[in-house]
Amino acid sequence: MKHIANWALNTADVRGASYADVRVVAQRNRALSTKNGKVGSASDAESVGMSVRVIADGAWGFAASSELGRAAVEKTAAEAVAIARASAKVKRENVRMAAEKPATAEWNTPCKIDPFTVSVTQNIDLLLKIDAELRSVAGITLAETNLNFNREEQWFTSSEGADIHQTKLSTGAGYAAYAFAGNEIQKRSYPNSFGGQWQNKGYELVQELRLLENARRIAEEAVALHKADQCPEGKLDIVLDSSQLGLQIHESVGHPIELDRVLGMEANFAGTSFLTLDKLRTLRYGSDLVNVVADARQEHGPGLGTFGYDDEGVEAQCTPIITHGLFTGYLSSRETAHTIGLNRSGGTLRAEGWNRLPMIRMTNISILPGEKPLTLEQLVADTDHAILMETNRSWSIDDKRYNFQFGCEIGWEIKNGKRVRMIKNPSYSGITTDFWNSMDAICSRDEWTLWGTPNCGKGQPQQVMGTGHGASPARFREIKVGSAFQGS
Amino acid sequence: MLNFEQAGDIFNRIRKLSSADELEVLFTGGRFALTRFANNTIHQNVAEENHIVSVRTVFGKKTARAFTNKFDDESLLQAVKSSENLAKVQHPDPDLLPVPTSQEASGSVGPSARSTQTPSRHFEQTAGITPELRADGVAKIVAVADQHKLTTAGTFSSGESFEGVFNSRGHSAWHTQTAAEISITMLGEDSSGWQKASSPNVTNLDPLRLAEIAAQKAVDSARPQDIPAGKYTVILEPAAVLDFVGFMFWDYSGMAILDQRSFLTGRIGTKLFGENVTIWDDAGHPLQAGSPFDGEGVSRKRIALVENGIVRRVVYARATAERMKRSEHRDSVGPIEPTGHGFSLPNEMGEMPLNIVFAPVGNPQSVEQMIASTEQGILVTRLWYIREVEPFEKMLTGMTRDGTFLVQHGQVHGGVRNFRFNESLIHMLSNVEAMSVPVRSCGEESFDMVVPAMKVRDFNFTEVTKF
Repeated sequence: MKHIANWALNTADVRGASYADVRVVAQRNRALSTKNGKVGSASDAESVGMSVRVIADGAWGFAASSELGRAAVEKTAAEAVAIARASAKVKRENVRMAAEKPATAEWNTPCKIDPFTVSVTQNIDLLLKIDAELRSVAGITLAETNLNFNREEQWFTSSEGADIHQTKLSTGAGYAAYAFAGNEIQKRSYPNSFGGQWQNKGYELVQELRLLENARRIAEEAVALHKADQCPEGKLDIVLDSSQLGLQIHESVGHPIELDRVLGMEANFAGTSFLTLDKLRTLRYGSDLVNVVADARQEHGPGLGTFGYDDEGVEAQCTPIITHGLFTGYLSSRETAHTIGLNRSGGTLRAEGWNRLPMIRMTNISILPGEKPLTLEQLVADTDHAILMETNRSWSIDDKRYNFQFGCEIGWEIKNGKRVRMIKNPSYSGITTDFWNSMDAICSRDEWTLWGTPNCGKGQPQQVMGTGHGASPARFREIKVGSAFQGS
Repeated sequence: MLNFEQAGDIFNRIRKLSSADELEVLFTGGRFALTRFANNTIHQNVAEENHIVSVRTVFGKKTARAFTNKFDDESLLQAVKSSENLAKVQHPDPDLLPVPTSQEASGSVGPSARSTQTPSRHFEQTAGITPELRADGVAKIVAVADQHKLTTAGTFSSGESFEGVFNSRGHSAWHTQTAAEISITMLGEDSSGWQKASSPNVTNLDPLRLAEIAAQKAVDSARPQDIPAGKYTVILEPAAVLDFVGFMFWDYSGMAILDQRSFLTGRIGTKLFGENVTIWDDAGHPLQAGSPFDGEGVSRKRIALVENGIVRRVVYARATAERMKRSEHRDSVGPIEPTGHGFSLPNEMGEMPLNIVFAPVGNPQSVEQMIASTEQGILVTRLWYIREVEPFEKMLTGMTRDGTFLVQHGQVHGGVRNFRFNESLIHMLSNVEAMSVPVRSCGEESFDMVVPAMKVRDFNFTEVTKF
């Protein structure tokens, strides 16, 4: 692939670009799903292409093509430079890039079992067994299962001399059971909504998830929700399971710390952020127990935000985001680092594929577990009255990331240290910093899971990206509960 | 850009590579470019070209699909083999139909009205837009921002695309179109305004006018008042209507009824909305865009989904229609026939109407007239981050954004802080007091539609945010 990059870099240079980088990317995806005893989808997809990102006349240009012949590559590079010159017609300042030592590297997602080597027959048999188990429970009206495998191989080359070959692999697996009766549809998912659990690892993830073993319980809960009491309304303590807390982090920490949002670059679509630059190292984001990091390194775990290098050649890093409640860091790129006084990018620029411009994306934005041993059951035992909420069902937050509302699939009322009844349609809402400052307990490492969110949308044209979020169950005091059904 | 003849040649090459009983090949792709601006500067500016071929093979009652964006012999062979290998290990699907003949795909078999005729949606002015022309358009928008001492962010995009279907029973269909879109946010110190428009024909777009409207909204909503949450009469501009109602159209699907995941399950034929709500799916409407055929190449039909508040019917892919005819629901779902709304096979979702057109009412009111007739209410430019809270009453939550105003005594009285709503879509469409003339509109949460502005009573705002 080196020759393709050289064609593009040479053309960009000849056309007057002051900087250029080239990504040649080969993506492969296998998607299998079942619905009510039948295969729903079965597809293999391959997509190969290249893109050129340049700075010319102090402005950005980007062009991409699926054609990899010399003429097409050179035409694409020339188009990127022409686009940059057009960008320069409406600019206030020249683009500034933080310095980065060009890396030469090879990096691969650690993987025990290549998922593409596992037979389709074996996969479909597993999904149909789960499907049958779900539908064996009376009252289940719809069962859906899915497996997804992705491989992305990328050759990154820059005019500064970077030469990085990186292969990332991810696996996703999960299912959902629906129960329709009367005027109500209830749903339970396992191990999470959004297609289950997703991580950057091989088929071993599927084996670890105990999918079939949990199917009956999940289906029974979906049916039982019809007889459960409606979630109460009012100010109550809540306990969130780790998957819901992972999404809470995604929406109310991960997005507001994106420096491009903070600087107004996403104002037209994804929005801006309440975390204006004056809040760095001054804002009390949460209670003393709240410690959040943005960690793309392999040692953090196999999250969807784990990689060796980002898509502008910056090595994976760990950035402290919230330290004992104090706001301490943003997600940054080479272009934005200088705005917060950094002389190096935080390494978070990523693109959905060969045909998309890399932009600041969450890596693994994780809350660190409590240091004192605390299991979920111990946390429940320590709670007088609260609603325990599990598995996200709806999520919404304003465009500055202040006001949020989440709904979950199932809740449990806790009274005097015990789960006393199942609750349906649980929901809660609040203001981001009020919420995180109300956290008074978080479970320890053995309850911590690195969840994958595969469907994070951002950018124009919109890009969908996978992000990672490690979390343990945690308790929050005096939260507005039941707000989704207020006044209905 | 790939044309029909070139695609036909590729199909014939693929046909020679396959041993499947039946074959269906889809072509999609084109050229797309987008100029993005923020802080009164073009900060991102991209272009791409991509052609994708997907091969569906069929062995008896087994089928699967494989995709590639490479058209050399080796890549096509790999796609064919991937598709065949996947198909052969499937469990037989008793509902799988043979690929359609041209007669079946044209809709000339069956009881329904004729298939939709669509106008040309490919415009040379749009296809010929250059980065310089987009930058010129952005410069005009930035000038408006500067004039009002505002900061602007947005996009100006253009492109041309194709969709095609070829199958081994001799049916083929091909569609090309162009698209242009402008989206503008104007930001003040404590306020914002927004406008967005799209069309296959770029000459229908006026960046200057859109910029002026967005800027005026930002100016007029400065220093927002803190109004308590509660039930208000709202005047929803078309983009707000579109993003809200867009959440229900997945449910106007035969498959959704069969799966019992649709809020229309057991409700077809009943009066679910107000008398003044009539909704069509009409790919041929002059303000619509998109192809005149579905994922199997079946021609789209013009379908009355809702008439005077009564849900009349849903749309069908070919196989879903056959399943519905055998199901327990068959006597309670209205007409059952392939309507040309199926997704490419195999898929779990079946079909969906994608060319929504609200019928005009006899006494349309402009937004200004709606304001003049409102004693106390909220004018909403746009909604944001809408999600379904409860699927059967279609309870949705979300936020207002980029221009939310207090209306009192028939006049706009400045901006207000943004609200969170929790509102049932059924309730909302039952409380529409007035509608404007429907217009082509676009938002961020749903696909483009032809919708009116609406004045709606008792809209349920449950919280207020900090800006």
